[in-house]
Amino acid sequence: MSESIVVENVQKEFKIRFHRTIKQMSVAAARGQELSQTFNALEDVSFAVEQGESIGLMGLNGSGKSTLLKLINGIMRPDQGKVLTRGRISGLIATGAGFHPQLSGRENIFLNAAVLGMSDAETRRKFDDIVEFADVGRHLDSAVGHYSSGMFSRLGFSVAIHVDCDIFLADEVLAVGDKPFKRKCLERMQEIRKSGRTLFYVSHAAGSVRKMCDRVLVLEKGRLTYDGPVGPGIKHLKYDDAKGSGSQTDEEQSDDELGNDI
Amino acid sequence: MSTEPEGETRVVDAPLASPAATTGLFEVFRRRYLLRLLVRREISARYQGSFLGLFWSYLQPASRLAMYYFVIAVILDRNIENFAIHLFAGLVMVHFFTESFGAGTRSIVQNKAIVKKMAIPREMFPVASMLVSAYHVIPGMVLLSGFCVASGWRPDPMGLLAGLLGFVLVAVLGTALAVLFSAANVFFRDFSNVVQTLTQFTTFSVPMIYPYSMVDDRFGGHTTLYLLNPMADAVLLFQRAFWVGTTKNPEETISEDLPHHLFTWGIGQLAAALVLLVIAQYVFSKLENRIPERL
Repeated sequence: MSESIVVENVQKEFKIRFHRTIKQMSVAAARGQELSQTFNALEDVSFAVEQGESIGLMGLNGSGKSTLLKLINGIMRPDQGKVLTRGRISGLIATGAGFHPQLSGRENIFLNAAVLGMSDAETRRKFDDIVEFADVGRHLDSAVGHYSSGMFSRLGFSVAIHVDCDIFLADEVLAVGDKPFKRKCLERMQEIRKSGRTLFYVSHAAGSVRKMCDRVLVLEKGRLTYDGPVGPGIKHLKYDDAKGSGSQTDEEQSDDELGNDI
Repeated sequence: MSTEPEGETRVVDAPLASPAATTGLFEVFRRRYLLRLLVRREISARYQGSFLGLFWSYLQPASRLAMYYFVIAVILDRNIENFAIHLFAGLVMVHFFTESFGAGTRSIVQNKAIVKKMAIPREMFPVASMLVSAYHVIPGMVLLSGFCVASGWRPDPMGLLAGLLGFVLVAVLGTALAVLFSAANVFFRDFSNVVQTLTQFTTFSVPMIYPYSMVDDRFGGHTTLYLLNPMADAVLLFQRAFWVGTTKNPEETISEDLPHHLFTWGIGQLAAALVLLVIAQYVFSKLENRIPERL
């Protein structure tokens, strides 16, 4: 096996600015108030993922999950430490990126695919599959600005899922998809997992993580506090929950919400 | 569905590398396919849902020309030979520049949906804006050539060379400024206002609604400062290409209405624009790391 994602002592710092305009800033400066504060969204995070592993990244809101995903995707660079990946990265984090509302579904498929790194030939080869999966029917040639929100996200989702990648990242709320579509997506993600790609899945839903992943990472306030098997990981995340959840019934319930986090 | 992975682990034949996009202008041209699609998106989105469509890109320069012509030639009664061509050669260049600069400056903020989500070289967007503006030069050029031919144009090789030099100068200068200001605009949106103000000066700082000979007279031949403005040189080069060939005595026009050493000026300005492009790229890569979080 070879390493697919290596994250070493990564730190990412953000600045909170309290004031936007020169007027506010000068008033604050005159009063001796702070103009900005820095905080670490990620602190000393290290882990390595082997090719073909499927990782569930869990944590409360604001724990740094999205920032970590952005570093792995290469949108941001770490301030300290390093992030290395092997092969092509795609995933459900940029669905619909570059969609232009005035252009047709057809044109947007090509554009979005190019943004995701696909060539002209590759897009042409997969075009029919993409259209079929998105299920937009006769709207393919009308402007996506006129699409329903479901159609819009289905189209974006469909392009993303057809990219021939080595690492698949998933972090997007698919609240608009209906149940059959969600099921289709989950099936497709299982397929991706079985094809030996590295899956990196960000989710709050214990049920879907249990189904999808074989290892869990938990982030708390920017620090990696758990790295190991799925079951204990889910418990770890909820250790401070008064009701002691993580029980089977809870997960069954959250299964209904499955896909909300895809 | 099984919880155990099936199938074989994929063998990835690639080195372990930083996922952050290799950036820089060279990378932009390596990903030509995406660049082409982005340019095409802008062009076709612009006229989508409009009844006259691409016809507008003929109508707009023509109406600008008519307006200036009316004010300068009819009301102010300036007597310049073939004034419409003198004016229009300038308008085409000025419009190319202000469009590249203005749209380029806004480009990254406008495309933040992509910038925040995908690791692609971000210089892509200002470069695409410049290419879209260059595309919209074509209708102007068609009209301009039409007018020239109608006024008995005799093109000469040196003239065409001058036109090419002028065009390349504006393209490089526009790209450099677009790259520089597109990054700056992410941090302070004030920059798009700064650019708007700057581009307003362009119209009046170039010899198109007045002839260069007038500037030369007014300053008693001390026009170095005036010619340091790269846009003034670009417009003069374009007039050398189109307007000169339509005048009665081109030789005389060159010696009286154009500065001496026009080509030296043009090549010097092109070199300066290339240096500016390198500086812009350097500043851009310094600012780039903070772009996604500041959008």
